[in-house]
Amino acid sequence: MSDLLEEAGRARIAASAPSVSEGSYPHSTQTWIRGLDPRVRILVIFAYSICVIQLTSLPLLAFSLLLSLILMVKAQLQFWASVKRVAMMDSFIIFILVMLPFTTPGVELFSIWGFSASYEGVHQAVVVLLRANAIVMASLTLLGTLDPATFGHALARIHVPERLVHLLLFTIRYIEILHDEYRRLRTAMKCRAFSPSNSWHTYRTFGYLVGMLLIRSFERSERIMKAMKCRGFNGQFHLLQEFDYSRSDYVFSAIAAAVMVAMLTLEVLDVAIV
Amino acid sequence: MSPLFELRDVHFGYYGQPSCLNGVSFCLQTGERLGLVGANGAGKSTLLHLMVGLNKATSGSIVAFGREFQTEEDFKLLRRRIGLVFQDADDQLFCPTVAEDIAFGPLNLGYGKADAMKIVDEILDVLKLTALRDRVTHKLSGGQKRLVSLATVLAMRPEILLLDEPTNDLDEDTRERLIEILIGLPQTMLLVSHDRAFREAVTTRVISMKDGIVVS
Repeated sequence: MSDLLEEAGRARIAASAPSVSEGSYPHSTQTWIRGLDPRVRILVIFAYSICVIQLTSLPLLAFSLLLSLILMVKAQLQFWASVKRVAMMDSFIIFILVMLPFTTPGVELFSIWGFSASYEGVHQAVVVLLRANAIVMASLTLLGTLDPATFGHALARIHVPERLVHLLLFTIRYIEILHDEYRRLRTAMKCRAFSPSNSWHTYRTFGYLVGMLLIRSFERSERIMKAMKCRGFNGQFHLLQEFDYSRSDYVFSAIAAAVMVAMLTLEVLDVAIV
Repeated sequence: MSPLFELRDVHFGYYGQPSCLNGVSFCLQTGERLGLVGANGAGKSTLLHLMVGLNKATSGSIVAFGREFQTEEDFKLLRRRIGLVFQDADDQLFCPTVAEDIAFGPLNLGYGKADAMKIVDEILDVLKLTALRDRVTHKLSGGQKRLVSLATVLAMRPEILLLDEPTNDLDEDTRERLIEILIGLPQTMLLVSHDRAFREAVTTRVISMKDGIVVS
């Protein structure tokens, strides 16, 4: 049986080998957004998120959503894949959106089965919806197009604590191997006619599966540690990737900063008028 | 002439388990490529790990390069001169790209970034792997991973190479290429392998392990 699995493993490697080209990533089209320095993208998205969270006026929020949409179109993201990702995030907040009108006190707008929805609650829900989508769309555009390892390196270059960066880099490196291990175990289970159902046997089996994965990962981490020691590891990592600011990075940062300052200014003025 | 590396009556057992090495003794002479065979679970990998101090012998002595090695501090020095290539290449390759992984060892040895990158290019050139330089390590094929993990160890410029089942899971072409590479290397080697044809092509002498001791 283990031979069978090995065969399958080899077949899989053979099948995937030709499709892997030099550092290939799903987003390969070149646009100016993808040419931007990763550090600029991270900092801009960080500032932009904070800025959008501060906004409460609906026109401004709608404008920020529009901005994010324009960015997304400019970056030529694959349409359905992006919609799916945004929808995934929305499914997380849908309960809050539905509950908000009924839990926020205020002027009654409508009522369902005796529960009244307030105007303020609906307003709040729309604000949350707009904010979340604007931020997620901009992140998808600016960060989602980064290769994960580059993202890690860029974080290190903007002085995010080293330990966090290395946790991220190790996760990137080993998560697929862990997943492969999971798939191999699952295949082995299927080969012995296991099909999940609502039974103790199923729960126990999945318990074993998770337990086995934990043990294997732990042992693997020990082997990795040993291999690193063999190569003289002394607690310090060296990151080699370097980044350079180009003219477009400065232009983009300047425009982004100007837009954010403008939005915040309008927000503050608006509040002052009301 | 005294041997380059010598184990004298080494005993070892994993915590809470019966002892698996019961007095292993053997020598490694300069320039030889020694093969090590033995049944599954005979303790071959354990022995390799013990030779670079990843496992600590309960008794016996490890002598190399004319001195004895005992403490972790000693072994830190020893690991710079003895390169161990692990059985599973995924254990060894942990950096995002091939170049970074190969540079990891030299950087730890204190080389600057420029020197490390020079070593990377040299090693890649010697192993004819230059095309893989900027590839992502976890996307390499099994054979490529094996060759790159050998490169990461060679980048430390070790005097002795320990290889743990290097031909496992390799296709015919990669296996041939590995044999060619190993024969061309100047290092003294200890190779653990179940592959008879591979041993006959590469090794100059073979020893075997049985019941926790080495018999020649």
